[in-house]
Amino acid sequence: MSKVLSQKFYDEMKKLEPRYPNKVALLLPALHQAQEESGWLPPEVLEEIGAYVGIHPAQVREVASFYTMYNLKPVGKYHLKVCTNVACCLRGSDEIVEHLEKKWDIACGETTSDRKFTLMEEECLGACGTAPAMMVNDDYYENLDIPAIEKIIAGLA
Amino acid sequence: MHPALQAETLYIQHFRKKDEARPLSYYLEQMQGYTALGKALKMAPDAVIDEVKKSNLRGRGGAGFPTGMKWGFIPKQSPKPKYVVCNADESEPGTFKDRDIMRYTPHLLIEGMIIAGHAIGSKIGYIYIRGEYTREAKLLDQAIAEAYSKGYLGKNILGSGHDFDLTVHRGAGAYICGEETALLNSLEGKRGEPRVKPPFPAQAGAFSGPTVVNNVETLANVPFIVNRGGEWFSSLGKVERSGGTRLISVSGHVKKPGVYELPAGAVTIRELIYDICGGITDDKKLKAVIPGGSSAPVLTPDEIDVVYDIEPLMKIGTMMGSAALMVVSEDYCAVKLIKRITKFYAHESCGQCTPCREGCKWMEDILHRIEDGHGREQDLALLLDIADNINGKTLCALGDAAAGPVSSFVRKFKGEFEAHIRGKKCPNV
Repeated sequence: MSKVLSQKFYDEMKKLEPRYPNKVALLLPALHQAQEESGWLPPEVLEEIGAYVGIHPAQVREVASFYTMYNLKPVGKYHLKVCTNVACCLRGSDEIVEHLEKKWDIACGETTSDRKFTLMEEECLGACGTAPAMMVNDDYYENLDIPAIEKIIAGLA
Repeated sequence: MHPALQAETLYIQHFRKKDEARPLSYYLEQMQGYTALGKALKMAPDAVIDEVKKSNLRGRGGAGFPTGMKWGFIPKQSPKPKYVVCNADESEPGTFKDRDIMRYTPHLLIEGMIIAGHAIGSKIGYIYIRGEYTREAKLLDQAIAEAYSKGYLGKNILGSGHDFDLTVHRGAGAYICGEETALLNSLEGKRGEPRVKPPFPAQAGAFSGPTVVNNVETLANVPFIVNRGGEWFSSLGKVERSGGTRLISVSGHVKKPGVYELPAGAVTIRELIYDICGGITDDKKLKAVIPGGSSAPVLTPDEIDVVYDIEPLMKIGTMMGSAALMVVSEDYCAVKLIKRITKFYAHESCGQCTPCREGCKWMEDILHRIEDGHGREQDLALLLDIADNINGKTLCALGDAAAGPVSSFVRKFKGEFEAHIRGKKCPNV
């Protein structure tokens, strides 16, 4: 089987190996690193990570599917995760989600047809004092309202 | 200005300067950085634990367990390596204080962890940080690199013979990983499912070694305690058995949401909302307060003259949790709110225990139909019955965290629930 993960992936893992008593503990860091490179985790990546840490691909999937941040299907270039938990819903996150669903004609969990945006409802992001909040890929945006969201989206090429 | 705001603070002045992490130079110059470490390394491990016991420091993650006692549970001798694990999962809805510690004063946490390592005889630490906090994880990585370069981490720290290695480990989006044994499973590369206890982490925690798991704020308090003494720290608290200050996350319908630092037990909830946070948004009336993260049973406006600390809140049937106060004004629908909270628990239940896995989903479905105007007269009794059948019947506290809010909302806002059922729609719209 030819390798799908990059040399950079293996270099990063090599650095982390001495920090853990066994290789299985590298599973979450490995999934993060792989996703950072390809945006999602296709089956061949799960398989290769399994071979690397020494567990069956099904065990990798068992773990990866437990955590919401691992994308087991492709997502758009910009992955919007709008928090709708208590503090954000008290301050208007429902309207934001509704606005985006209408604007892009998609439901939460879906991707626009040009594969540019994926919209998700997110559980508490830990930014309740500056609610409503959302993440776009790895970055936080806080104190949102519809004009602010529009401005952010306009800035995403 | 409320007098509590004039009390000594440890953190907040360092949070509000500029929007980036304080580098090591700042920590050394402005915060007596790493002097506590030097002092602690010259003390016997038991003496450090005694100082923490004297400080009346109680866990800041939610349970409020005395930290010194927790450290004292770690066996002195162990054939397996011992571990210090920092719970930086900060997943309880309403909580956002640890993010500020990691963002602005990351070295405080690092120093606290090294001292904890010395106290319990551990050479290995992990900071388990929630996956979404990518920025804070990077800042911690940078701060850890700084600490290694100056000899605060690594081999033979400050010539003491003590070694300590520290690694940031990112979670990946699972509320349950804030539960300490779920966190340990996640650290080990497994699904974040809570473990059966006993054994407790102090006997068999990370990688089966004796492990202490402490919240970010808990560990960040340790350098202050070592530098200025347990008695001083204890005296900062205004109620018995609660030492130090508390970082309080306030969110929802208040004029000035944010992180506040106040002496433990210095204010009532009323003072916190009206004198400290500027009152309710648009000067509306208060409807409800969730005092300790979304797992805490709800309070009504007639209950807010309670002192905001662990025991007083416990006495009135709720909890301080992670000190996350969420404020709800008069025009927000109570049914909609508890449905949203319950949806969260149904989503985050790991699924191991049937009462939680099934019960949370049932409660969500019933609340959904009440909100939509399809509720039945018997639904309120049914909700209470389901909550009662979850409460205390699960491996971890997630079940209780879902059940407590539902039963408190149903009991305290019964009229509003009944209006939804009888009027077949939300009366607030």
